[in-house]
Amino acid sequence: MILRAEGIRKSFGDAEVLRGIDIEVSKGDVVAVLGPSGSGKTTLLRCLNYLEAADAGVMYFSGEHYDMTAISKKEIAGIRKRTGFVFQNFNLFRNKTALENVTEGLVTARKMPKKEAAEKAEATLAKVGMAGWASHYPSELSGGQQQRVAIARAIACDPEIVYFDEPTSALDPELAAEVLSVMRMLAEEGMTMVVVTHAMDFARNVSSRVIFMEHGAVVEAGDTKEFFSSPKEERTRIFLRKSADAGEKMI
Amino acid sequence: MSERLFQIITDSFLKILIPGLTVTIPLTLISFFFAMIIALAVALIQFAKVRVLKDIARFYIWVIRGTPLLVQLFVVFYGLPNIGVLIDPFPAAVLVFSINEGAYCAETIRAGLEAVPYGQMEAGECVGMSYMQIMRRILIPQALRISFPALANSIISMTKDTSLAANITVTEMFMATQRIVARTYEPLALYIEVGIIYLVFCTVLTRLQRYGEKKLGRYRI
Repeated sequence: MILRAEGIRKSFGDAEVLRGIDIEVSKGDVVAVLGPSGSGKTTLLRCLNYLEAADAGVMYFSGEHYDMTAISKKEIAGIRKRTGFVFQNFNLFRNKTALENVTEGLVTARKMPKKEAAEKAEATLAKVGMAGWASHYPSELSGGQQQRVAIARAIACDPEIVYFDEPTSALDPELAAEVLSVMRMLAEEGMTMVVVTHAMDFARNVSSRVIFMEHGAVVEAGDTKEFFSSPKEERTRIFLRKSADAGEKMI
Repeated sequence: MSERLFQIITDSFLKILIPGLTVTIPLTLISFFFAMIIALAVALIQFAKVRVLKDIARFYIWVIRGTPLLVQLFVVFYGLPNIGVLIDPFPAAVLVFSINEGAYCAETIRAGLEAVPYGQMEAGECVGMSYMQIMRRILIPQALRISFPALANSIISMTKDTSLAANITVTEMFMATQRIVARTYEPLALYIEVGIIYLVFCTVLTRLQRYGEKKLGRYRI
């Protein structure tokens, strides 16, 4: 077990976005978080990395227990240094080159010597297929390239877990495919990942576990094969059928 | 053109240019330097949303932008001696220009900071950077890049505004011209002459702005 969070609640004003979510992630797991838009998937991910402050919830992460509502800035910083986060719209530092985007956190937050950070960054960029683009600025890269650099930035610090927030939603299918193939490679290497996604093929073929959410609650969670072959909940069956229909219509 | 007038114009050229180079330009650069420090501090205070400090910052901007620069110069140079504060002309001018320009540039930089998408901050947080590190290395550079054309505008404007310092006995370029006019009675030719020298200074600054934008242009914001 690397991460366990229980009873996460979050409201924005009167809107209750998360109504007591539990999530468990073991080392090497690839957890796909599925669900219709507005189900709270992204908010869950943001609460797990403290980009949003949860209203209730406890968390166990990598040997430590935390009260999610009473966590110190220092503890949050400590958690973030051991996690990676990939955003839907990349959020690469616009004033930094691809290489600097990767070295930035290593040098400033982890105090890694510059030379070592640069070597690490070059190796990581090569891994995501961006070796020749180190000196390019984000504005000079395609969306798929930007997202691959963002993934390099997230994994360069050898995180214990990487969160992906709809990493391909802003990309056309071709660019999405190149990002998904990088993610698949990471999964095969045993990287622990939590992926909020609408890419059903990725969930089906790459993830090891699935969490299906709706209206801020978990409808069904379980092993990927079971989830897709014999879903227990009626709501899950409807969701899977509609996703399949939508997939066929696209073809 | 009469030979006398030609003589006056050529004789006065260096007498106007030299105070331009030794007073107008240093006055502009030093004042703008301090103005930028004030502006950045005031912009950051507002951006950080610390209640009391923010109110002070808003008050400062309100007062400075709401009163004439000339009045501010007079208050500091002719007014403050009333309460025993005597400041030499040049430092008094630097003080007033810095504080005045600082208020305007603070708004420019604040707008620049607010134009940086919030995702930049979150991305910094997610790689483990502290708030100050993100400000210094990510947000402020981008905000300054966004503000650059407007800030260049400000320094160009300020170059010409330094002529107001003549009113508090700073012998900058304009005062030097006034003195020659008083001696020669050729206001038209001499004021046009000094105008042209201001124009040359501002042209150089405009060129520098273009060069700067080109240099900074590699990452598009």
